[in-house]
Amino acid sequence: MGADGREVERAGPAVTAGAPIAAARGLCSCHVCQLVSRRTGNGRVAHCPRCGARLHFRRPGSVQRCWALVIASYILYIPANALIMMETGSLITYRKDTIVSGVVHLWKTGSWMIAVIVFIASVAIPLLKLFSLTLLLISVQRRSTWNPRQRTRLYRLVEAVGRWSMLDIYVVTLLAALVQLGSMATVKAGPAAVAFGAVVVLTMFATMEFEPRLIWDPLQKEEFHD
Amino acid sequence: MTDRTAQLIACHECDLLQRDIQLNPGCYASCPRCGAVLYRNATDSVDRTLAYTLAAAMVFLGANVFPIFSIEVQGDRSAITLFGAVLSLWDQGMRSISLLVFLTAMVAPAVELVSITYLLLPLKLGKVPPSYPLFMRVLQFIEPWGMVEVLMLGVLVSLVKLTHNFRVIPGMALWSFAVLTLLLAAAAASFNARDIWGQMDARWKEQAPQ
Ligand SMILES: [Zn+2]
Repeated sequence: MGADGREVERAGPAVTAGAPIAAARGLCSCHVCQLVSRRTGNGRVAHCPRCGARLHFRRPGSVQRCWALVIASYILYIPANALIMMETGSLITYRKDTIVSGVVHLWKTGSWMIAVIVFIASVAIPLLKLFSLTLLLISVQRRSTWNPRQRTRLYRLVEAVGRWSMLDIYVVTLLAALVQLGSMATVKAGPAAVAFGAVVVLTMFATMEFEPRLIWDPLQKEEFHD
Repeated sequence: MTDRTAQLIACHECDLLQRDIQLNPGCYASCPRCGAVLYRNATDSVDRTLAYTLAAAMVFLGANVFPIFSIEVQGDRSAITLFGAVLSLWDQGMRSISLLVFLTAMVAPAVELVSITYLLLPLKLGKVPPSYPLFMRVLQFIEPWGMVEVLMLGVLVSLVKLTHNFRVIPGMALWSFAVLTLLLAAAAASFNARDIWGQMDARWKEQAPQ
């Protein structure tokens, strides 16, 4: 292990093949407090001796639940993009914007910075999350041994950037509330906001549900459950 | 558990079993197999986290009381607070969105701040707060849902969008949110869950010897 993380030597294949895996030795790390303890009494419910959380070698049903959340997100992604996200009206103009047309409008009116930020948060990140989770789930189910380090990195990226897709929800909320106060213009949140909000929440739950240790398990001879 | 397992750590991302070693302050240990950060040794973790958290709690109140910004329409000025925006959206019938904003921008950060204070203030005074495992769990669960920094960016984007059509006056809460974002990031960087579990565990055993 690298004592100061900046100078970690890349460990070679020695650490990958026949590496000491906690589960292979009957040791279980608690998902709440990270304490490593021996799981006794095979098949029975075990609890962490420190914090009392249920102990699992691998969280049961994580792949199935993650799939369910990802598929639900794919379905909701369609209305999120097809329906109206925001209606803006003033004395002169009236616009109905979807997520994408909103970005295009921002770009055309010269707010390039904002257009790029909104594009990343509302279009790029949700798609990245959905495609990455799909790739991870398929590779885990096929017990793929392909490049586990890169796949773990991808998971970490999804985990880190996921929250930023809430951006548009906040923007719509603030604009809709503020402009309601003036009589000169109106801004209304459209039905796409609900679908999009659901996509953000469901993909966040899907990311939490995914078990990254499953990426590494195919390198082992044994299989670990529960 | 036995002393042997107490010094062991299993990577939470690849389950590689490793021995826990003492780190120099400011350093972190990463897994040689998958590269995950296993644990850090943040300098004066408890003191600093507590200081940032208490400061953040005060700024958080300001961020919710004061208006974020106001617009001027024909000489009339109308200002909006975060909770005002949540209520307004509720009244417009977008209840799920209103609730989502309320939970992620107000409830989650509040729960986070309260839990950290509840855990660290007694620890600082040498005591173990009752049901600390529950609060550690709450903290772990709530952490991804607190999105103050995303809200901050949302405020900035809204500001730019509004300047096309309105005269916009930034409010106190705008600055409060900016400061809050920094304080929460600082608190998160100095918070050391592993260390807190260890300290709580040690004090718990001291208080109730079997
Ligand atoms: Zn690892």
